[in-house]
Amino acid sequence: MTESILTVAGLNANIEGQQVVEDVSFEMLPVGVTALLGRNGVGKTSTLRAIMGLIERSGEVTIAGERVDREPTHRIVQRGVGYVPEDREVFASLTVNENLRLAERDSAPNRQLIEELFPDLIARAGQLAGTLSGGQQQMVSLARALVNDNRVLLVDEPTKGLAPLIVMDVAKALERAAQTVPVLLVEQNLQVVRMLAEKAIVLEGGRVVYDGSAEELLGNEALTKELLGVA
Amino acid sequence: MSTIILLLITGLGLGALYFLVASGLSLIYGLMGVLNFAHGSFLTLGAFAGWELSRRMGGESWGTLIASMLLGMVVGAAVAAATEFLLIRRLYNRHIEQVLVTVGLALATVALFEGIWGTDPIYVTAPPWLSQTTEILGARVPNDRFLMIGAAVLVLLGIVAFLRYTRFGLIIRAGVENRSMVTALGIDVRKAFTVVFAIGGAAAGLGGVLASHYFGYVSPQLGGSLLIFAFIVTVIGGLGSLAGAAIASVVVAVLQQFANYFWGGTGDLMVVLLLAVVLLVRPTGILGKKA
Amino acid sequence: MKSLSKLSQRTWWIVGGVLVVVAAILPLLNISIPGVLPGATYTPGTLQLLALALLFASLALSYHLLFGTAGMLSFGHALYFALGAYGLGIVLHETELTLLPALGLTLAIVITAAYLLGSLSLRVTGISFAMVTLAFAQAGNVLVRRNPGLTGGEEGLRLDTEHIPDFFIGVVNTRNLYWLALALLVVVFVVVAWFENSRAGHAVTATRENELRVRVLGLRPFGVKLMAFVIASVLASLVGMVHLLLQSGTTPRATSADFTLTILVIVVLGGVGSRWGAIVGGIIYTLLDQRLTALASSDAIDGLPAILRIPLSEPLFILGTLFILVVLFLPGGIAGAVQRLSTGTSATPSERKLLEEAE
Repeated sequence: MTESILTVAGLNANIEGQQVVEDVSFEMLPVGVTALLGRNGVGKTSTLRAIMGLIERSGEVTIAGERVDREPTHRIVQRGVGYVPEDREVFASLTVNENLRLAERDSAPNRQLIEELFPDLIARAGQLAGTLSGGQQQMVSLARALVNDNRVLLVDEPTKGLAPLIVMDVAKALERAAQTVPVLLVEQNLQVVRMLAEKAIVLEGGRVVYDGSAEELLGNEALTKELLGVA
Repeated sequence: MSTIILLLITGLGLGALYFLVASGLSLIYGLMGVLNFAHGSFLTLGAFAGWELSRRMGGESWGTLIASMLLGMVVGAAVAAATEFLLIRRLYNRHIEQVLVTVGLALATVALFEGIWGTDPIYVTAPPWLSQTTEILGARVPNDRFLMIGAAVLVLLGIVAFLRYTRFGLIIRAGVENRSMVTALGIDVRKAFTVVFAIGGAAAGLGGVLASHYFGYVSPQLGGSLLIFAFIVTVIGGLGSLAGAAIASVVVAVLQQFANYFWGGTGDLMVVLLLAVVLLVRPTGILGKKA
Repeated sequence: MKSLSKLSQRTWWIVGGVLVVVAAILPLLNISIPGVLPGATYTPGTLQLLALALLFASLALSYHLLFGTAGMLSFGHALYFALGAYGLGIVLHETELTLLPALGLTLAIVITAAYLLGSLSLRVTGISFAMVTLAFAQAGNVLVRRNPGLTGGEEGLRLDTEHIPDFFIGVVNTRNLYWLALALLVVVFVVVAWFENSRAGHAVTATRENELRVRVLGLRPFGVKLMAFVIASVLASLVGMVHLLLQSGTTPRATSADFTLTILVIVVLGGVGSRWGAIVGGIIYTLLDQRLTALASSDAIDGLPAILRIPLSEPLFILGTLFILVVLFLPGGIAGAVQRLSTGTSATPSERKLLEEAE
């Protein structure tokens, strides 16, 4: 039996006393992209944040067979979890290079990969991240996660608010990353999901309502409409 | 003209003291969200440590002065780091309780200092040069002002270099901006907490020794009286901004000197007025981002 | 055993009423509690101390309204206490008014000042609010120290007894002042309880928890917060006025930041968010402070080696240390500890949360 890389069982989470994740359970594929889907406000971002320990949570979270749900965020990351948050959260007052340096945990960071994927960033190494465009900031945020050898990546709406051309750049970078590390992807852009994801998990009201093949879900227009509200 | 020069340089000297206190306050608040009421006690303890050293070594030599400044820094840093490690850390992320603990510590330590050194001011001795004056554009400026200004500039440069060129500095700068994202990059940000407390404590301890020469005495109340102005400076400059603290220190102290001289001793009131105006016009302070 | 928390609201009011009656007849009784009270309960010295304890309880209650209920961390509450004490003292000295009109005039001044300074301070929240209130209080401190002609400066202001009714003057009438302090505590308690249960009180509590939600409901957080601020300030000034009468004067310490911190310490010791906690905290603090001061100058302490003698002879050191320990190990203060003992739970998250929300 192959050990699942990330398993979530009975996960609950609160923000200021309001339950935002309710009894969520799922397993990630050990390879490729698993998409976490659902309408706006169903708790996708909160689920990722709960896994990361960034909000108050209870339930079981297992990474490569080890429980991490009682560990502080930085320990979870050190176990090999790369996190690309919603809205990018780059450090605006730091340069691109400083953003990357801060993220480097390994003694031999994958600078090569970053240079290949985002040549633009290397050219702008000395620029303050706050002065970059949204797309460039997203690349910094992705690069911060890819610069280390991770066991799993959690990526939250990486294409949100980006121009269509940039969306494809980001999607290609994710596709490339997913060749070496499994990715849990929250994404509203179904085109990107179609392109990348093999498995899909759909949340509604903080709970899992679909767990299966991404292709089957997106191939079924009625189901897609029912679960995601869009075709 | 000579009066204006004198007021300006004296204001800069006082501003230097404010900065030595406010820089630590601002860094600590920026990174941790903690308003440190015990900061005045770090300063007072540094001042007493410096005085204890100078009365044993003979206060008139330059060697003693420099040694006492270094001792003040070390004592301030050690006590501040211990405070963070033993008290503040236990209340991780509970900001109000962290503030309350520093309030309790401030009350307790001032009382303890009074028990040890008494409530009366103790006069300090310094190298004779410090009490002499230098003529600048017709103004006879007391030399100790130059010591304050020089020390504050060195501290400012030192902190800036530390923030810019070290890994801890990088973590601190990032943490001031977005602490939870720092942890989400796998960094134990709490280690940086101890570091900022130590830096702030060192600056305050040095400030204590210098303040004892500026005012001519040490007393258990020394830190508390400077702390309130340092708070005001920190808010005016923008909580968490080192540059803001530096600018506001100078503005507040110079305003205070001029108001005291030209408007009949109204310096303290003018400072409060300035604070009110800044908060009305720009609630986040001169260079602050978050309120 | 029926748990404390299950007692109904009405039962609490009855318990409170009984306690008030007991407190009211204390000056007529001869009870001695060695080690706690300096003498029998009918003696002026003891009544003076008890009246002081009641005043601190009232003051703590007024701060509870600000901090516990409305979640506003003020470092300048002492200003309004001082405004009451100095205001009344100066009006009595400078005008020919008798006590009641003088009191009315002082109140008018306090309300105006609280309204103006409150409107200014409330433009910011959180730590900035704390800093602004601290700065205003500091300005008050400077004004008092810099105008010795009016305020007596560092020496403090002595009460001008010319226009004060005789029954409030002199050691033999201490019990009248004690009853006045008790009446004030009842008034403050009723006002605070009334405000907390009023529509504005609920709104202000909701503001503490979620300002946005209050806005969505169409209420103006600023308005209800300002109302709480002004009421708390007026109550504090009333305490200041009675304090002036009780102590026959006032000192610049009443305007100091340390004094505000003392009130904060009392409220946290008693338990943030609890009316009873504030009262118990005020009384325990005053008795403790008095006993520790007595202890500090006692022979037993004098004979100790320096390493023990110096800390133990500083009451503020002991109180400060106690305070730190309470914050670290007794979240919810005395009220929280009693609650936990009576319900047998160790549930502290809600109390911790309350403190967090107060930010």
